[in-house]
Amino acid sequence: MILVEAPGLQTTVQDLGREGFGPIGISASGAADPVALRIGNRLLGNPPGTAALEATLVGGAFRFDADTWIALTGSDFGATLDDEPVSNWNAQPVHAGQLLKMPSTHSGARCYVCISGGIDVPLVLGSASTHVLSGLGGFEGRPLKKGDVLRTGACKPPAARSLNATVAAALAPRRRLRVTAGLQSDWFASTSRAALIGQPWRVTEASDRMGLRLEGALLQLRSEHQMVTSGVALGAIQVPPSGQPLIVFVEQQTTGGYPVIANVVAADLPSVGQLRPRDSIEFEVVSHESARALLLEQELLLESNELLIA
Amino acid sequence: MDPTNDASFLRASDQALLVSFGERISLESHQQVLALAFALQNKPIAAAVNLHPAYCSLLIRFDACRASHEDIEREVLERMTQAPAQAAGTPREIEIPVCYGGDFGPDLEALAQLRGLSRHDVIRIHSDAEYVAYFLGFVPGFAYLGTVPEAIEAPRLASPRRRVEAGSVGIAGRQTAVYPCAVAGGWQLIGRTPLSMFRADREPMSLLGYGDRVRFRPISHDEYARIEQGGP
Repeated sequence: MILVEAPGLQTTVQDLGREGFGPIGISASGAADPVALRIGNRLLGNPPGTAALEATLVGGAFRFDADTWIALTGSDFGATLDDEPVSNWNAQPVHAGQLLKMPSTHSGARCYVCISGGIDVPLVLGSASTHVLSGLGGFEGRPLKKGDVLRTGACKPPAARSLNATVAAALAPRRRLRVTAGLQSDWFASTSRAALIGQPWRVTEASDRMGLRLEGALLQLRSEHQMVTSGVALGAIQVPPSGQPLIVFVEQQTTGGYPVIANVVAADLPSVGQLRPRDSIEFEVVSHESARALLLEQELLLESNELLIA
Repeated sequence: MDPTNDASFLRASDQALLVSFGERISLESHQQVLALAFALQNKPIAAAVNLHPAYCSLLIRFDACRASHEDIEREVLERMTQAPAQAAGTPREIEIPVCYGGDFGPDLEALAQLRGLSRHDVIRIHSDAEYVAYFLGFVPGFAYLGTVPEAIEAPRLASPRRRVEAGSVGIAGRQTAVYPCAVAGGWQLIGRTPLSMFRADREPMSLLGYGDRVRFRPISHDEYARIEQGGP
């Protein structure tokens, strides 16, 4: 079991999400940086979608009541185990009574605490992931609070392993995000389309797992257009009447009525999960074929035998 | 009628295909959406992981490691030309009690003025009509209900509220809906229901389902409080 001594800013239980319930308005949710989650689970010998803790910006403190193994992945939160520094990206033994502290991020937005056997919460609609907005799944459908006690699955010592630095570098989060054209790209003024890719964008404080609001040039339509509400793709860059774009993210609205100027490609969505308020990002347009090639390449790296070293 | 004639296939993202049956809300195009969604649930496409139905389109999210847009398109066409959609069961009739105006409906007054009506007219017109739940989307349990009578049609707010409380009843254009959870929203709010529209610990989780016939019943603050205390 894990006792939550301090919950952090927003720590939730996440797996690879709950697909298939779009028809009742439930988006997939799941880890904001699934690449980090999958690597953590591989380090521990867990199945790839095993539930872990996702910490956001400020990580909290967690006490373990039994010997086990953990792997911290994603951003560096300056973690310590009984005040000894713990580095990310390797399998790490933990002894009964030890306290894991994760003060705050030194790099991106999210750090994953993966644990041998996973976090044991009841599956809701087939998934352990928390959908914060609707109070669905995870630990009581909400971010963790002080005093919560989390059950964990059966521990199995991994063959102590760490990451191949070369492969890890190829999977590192990006600040220059690849996008494909949006369904309504040509509704926008050519100057606005040029501005999307020609200048940096700043992530605002009003960003969460539902969407990231960006600040930069005002994006404008060529003329008034009314859109009929339709399904929204994960990673869609929507432009509401304010002209400031929003990247639709994991706890997304399943349908919407704002024009979409571009879409972040699937391979770069995990990078979006590491963006913090005030981070600066850029966009680069690629074809759907290139986007698919990027995803296949990422998948090969994640599954490759070279990813881990003894 | 051959549905494949009306469908167009659009690449919504590198892992999503939008099947569109036109760009206007019509009962006919909506029937085509439901028929396709039904067919895809009955005989799923292996690489398709999620469906987002709407008025006249269906977004299919797929695993781009396992399939391309062309693969999904081919499989959709195959299902369209197969067995026709099954008739839906008898629609359920659902009544939603609403306390209109005041803090619960901060836009009621402005909407009435905009349409040259009294507040009571707006309440009467909204609660006299019967609505159909076209589809669920946006957030869990949010049912898009149509069609709002023209007399009380209202545009979205120019700048959306950062937080709309759960149970709020809104109008946008000729659609109306109840917000199931607290979320940002741009619809004009005219009242609030004490019912829980979505609960993760209930079966079914969503109070409203596809094709339900929905009516709103005006209630007082007292009745609102009574229902709220008694639970849904």
